[in-house]
Amino acid sequence: MYFSKKMLETSSTLTKKWEEEVKKALKNNHDQKERFTTVSDMEIKRLYAPEDIKDVDFEKDIGVPGEYPYLRGNQVTGYRGRYWTFRMFSGMGSAQDTNRRWHMLLREGQTGLSTAFDFPTLMGYDSDSPKSLGEVGKCGVAIDTLEDFLALLEGIPLDKVTTSMTINPPATVLWAMYCAAAQIKGAPLAKIGGTIQNDMLKEFIAQKTFMCPPEPSVKLISDTVEFGAKHVPNWNTISISGYHIREAGSTAVQELAFTLRDGIEYVEDVIRRKKMPVDEFAPRLSFFFNSHIDFFEEICKMRAARRMWAKIMRERFKAKDPRSLWLRFHTQTAGCSLTAQQPYNNVVRTTVQALAAVLGGTQSLHTNSLDEVLCLPSEHAVEIALRTQQILAEETGVANTIDPLAGSYFIESLTNEMEEKAWEYIHKIDEMGGMIAAIEKGFPQMEISEAAYRFQRQLDAGEKIMVGVNKYSTDSTHPIPLVDIDEKVGEEQIKRLKDVRRRRDNRAAKKSLDNIKNACKKGENVMPCCIEAVKNLVSLQEICDVYREVYGEYKDPGLY
Amino acid sequence: MPERKIRVMVAKPGLDGHDRGARVLARCFRDAGFEVVYTGCHQTPEQIVAAAIQEDVDLVGLSCLSGAHRALFPKVVELLHGKGADDITVIGGGIIPEQDFQLLYDAGIKAIFTPGASLESIVEWIRTNIKPH
Repeated sequence: MYFSKKMLETSSTLTKKWEEEVKKALKNNHDQKERFTTVSDMEIKRLYAPEDIKDVDFEKDIGVPGEYPYLRGNQVTGYRGRYWTFRMFSGMGSAQDTNRRWHMLLREGQTGLSTAFDFPTLMGYDSDSPKSLGEVGKCGVAIDTLEDFLALLEGIPLDKVTTSMTINPPATVLWAMYCAAAQIKGAPLAKIGGTIQNDMLKEFIAQKTFMCPPEPSVKLISDTVEFGAKHVPNWNTISISGYHIREAGSTAVQELAFTLRDGIEYVEDVIRRKKMPVDEFAPRLSFFFNSHIDFFEEICKMRAARRMWAKIMRERFKAKDPRSLWLRFHTQTAGCSLTAQQPYNNVVRTTVQALAAVLGGTQSLHTNSLDEVLCLPSEHAVEIALRTQQILAEETGVANTIDPLAGSYFIESLTNEMEEKAWEYIHKIDEMGGMIAAIEKGFPQMEISEAAYRFQRQLDAGEKIMVGVNKYSTDSTHPIPLVDIDEKVGEEQIKRLKDVRRRRDNRAAKKSLDNIKNACKKGENVMPCCIEAVKNLVSLQEICDVYREVYGEYKDPGLY
Repeated sequence: MPERKIRVMVAKPGLDGHDRGARVLARCFRDAGFEVVYTGCHQTPEQIVAAAIQEDVDLVGLSCLSGAHRALFPKVVELLHGKGADDITVIGGGIIPEQDFQLLYDAGIKAIFTPGASLESIVEWIRTNIKPH
C-alpha cells in the first residue's frame, strides 16, 4: 500500500518500541502458549503493521468490487441488491419426505434449494442393489428413477427457485432427470437454473465417492459443461469444491490450492476435448468452500481465492469475459468442527463460521444444524440454522458494506501469505503434470492425511482445543432429539422401483441404454441420450452400469 | 523369539466415503507399533472378512459415518463366525448414536469409539484387550 516514507518510518520506530515493551512484559508474564497458530497451523504474529503490507499495490492487488482482480467481490453492489442465497443442504428418506422438508424451508424464508442424496444414489446404485444394504434414504434422499425425481420437485417452481444437487459420479443422470422433469413441467431448459456439484477430482482427493477412473470421469464432466453452454445457459455445470477437501482434514491453504488446481484441470479438459473457447463456458463454473472455525483465516482464504482465480483465468487461459474471471462460490460451515459433546455449542460455532463466509463475500450459504454431527437435522435444528443466516443478514449490519475488512494490515497480509503458499502447491502440481497425475501419485491425498493426523495429535496433546471435547468437558448432558430414518423407507423405495420396472416400456428402456453405450464408445456427448433414457424410466444404476462397463471401475487405493 | 506384533485391519464397510477417521487411526496404529492393513472405502462385509482372514489380523476396526452400521457391523461379525474366525476381535467407530450401542454389543462388537475419543484411548484399549495370536 502507498504509505508515505514518513509514515513508515514512524511506524517502524513505534513498532520497535512496542517490541521492547513486549519483551519486558514477557519477563513477568508468559504467554498462554508457545505458538499462536490458525486451526491450519499457520503461525500468526502478535501484531501486524503497515510494514506488512507496504508492497501491496492498491490498483493491482486490491481495487474495487466488480473490477479485476475481484479481491473485494464480483458484484458492484455487494449484498445491498441481494443477500447471499440462503441455501440449506437437505435430503432424507424418500422423495416425498424430502419434498416436505423443502416446502417447510421455503416457507421459512430459504431462497434456494440444495439436495442431499443417499449413498446408493451418490455412488450410482439403485435401492435394491446388495451394495445399498442399510444405506437407503439414510444420509439423504433415495432416487432411482424419474418418477422419484418428479415427486421430489412436486410444487417447486422450477423457473423461480434454483436447485443445487450434490451429485458427482452420476451427475449426468441426475441432471438429465432435472432437465426431463423441467420439460415435463413445462419449464424450458433455457429458463431453469441451478448447480450440479459434478467435481470428480475432489472425490479422488477427498470425498471418495467414485465410480470410473479419473480420465473418463473428467470426460463426463466436460460433456455436461458443453451441454450446459449450449442448452441450459443458466446452469452451473461444476461446483469446484474445496469443502470436502477441508473436511477430510486439509489445511485452509491446501483447500484453496487443490480446489483452484482442480478448476484448472477442468478448464484445460474442456478446451482440449470440446474445442470450446474459454469464455463460452467459464462463466458457468462455480466454486464451493468450507468455512471453518478460524475466523480470519477463512475470510482471507475466500478473498485470496477470488483474486487467484481471476489471475488464472486472465493470465493462464486468456479469458476476456469478466464473468469468466469471477469466482462465484457457495459456502458451508464446517461439519468437522462440530462436536457431539454439548451439541448446543454448535450453534455458536456455526454462527462464527457463517459470519466469516459473509465477510469473505460468499454468494450462497448453508449453515449446519446443531445436531448434524449426530444425525440428519431435525426440523427445529434446521430452523435455528436458517435463522442464523437471517439474523446475520437482517439484524447485524454486516452486509451493509462490501468487504469491510479490506485494508487491515493483518487481513491483507494473511490474504497474501495464503495466496503465496497456494501458488507453491499449484506450481508443484503443474510440475507433476497436472491434477490427475498428482492424484495418481497420491500427492494431494497424502498431504491431507498428514495434515489431518497432525491436527488430531495436536488435539490429543491439548495444543488445539475443542470445547467440550478436550477442554471444559462435563459429565452432565442435555440430550437432543435425534432424527432416525426408518428401515421401512428402504423397503418401500425398493417396492416403488420394482413397480416402475414392471410398468415401463422395457424395449424403449433397453434401446436408450444402447444409445448411451454407443455415445460412450464414440466419445460423443452423453447428455441427450441420458435425458431420453430417464424419460423412458431407465434407472440410475442401469445408466451407471453402462459407464462402469465401458469406462471401468475405480477402486480406492486405500492411502493413509 | 520377539513377540509377534498386533495386526490390525482398519476397514470401511458400505458406500460411505468419510474416511478421515479411518486414515488417522491407521497412521496412529502404525506409529503405535501395530502392523496395519487399511482396506480403503466401499468394502462389502464379505470383502472385509475375506481380507481379515487372509491377512491373519487380530482385530478389525470398522468405521462408518453413514448410518449403515446397524446393518453392516453385525454382518461382519456373523460372517467371521461363519468362517470359524471368532478369534478376530471386531470393534467399531464413527457416527454411532448411543441408542445403538447395545444392539452392536449384542451382535458381538467388543468396543465402540465415537468422535472425541482420543487416539491414545483407542490404542490403550487394543493393548489391553488384544493378544496377538
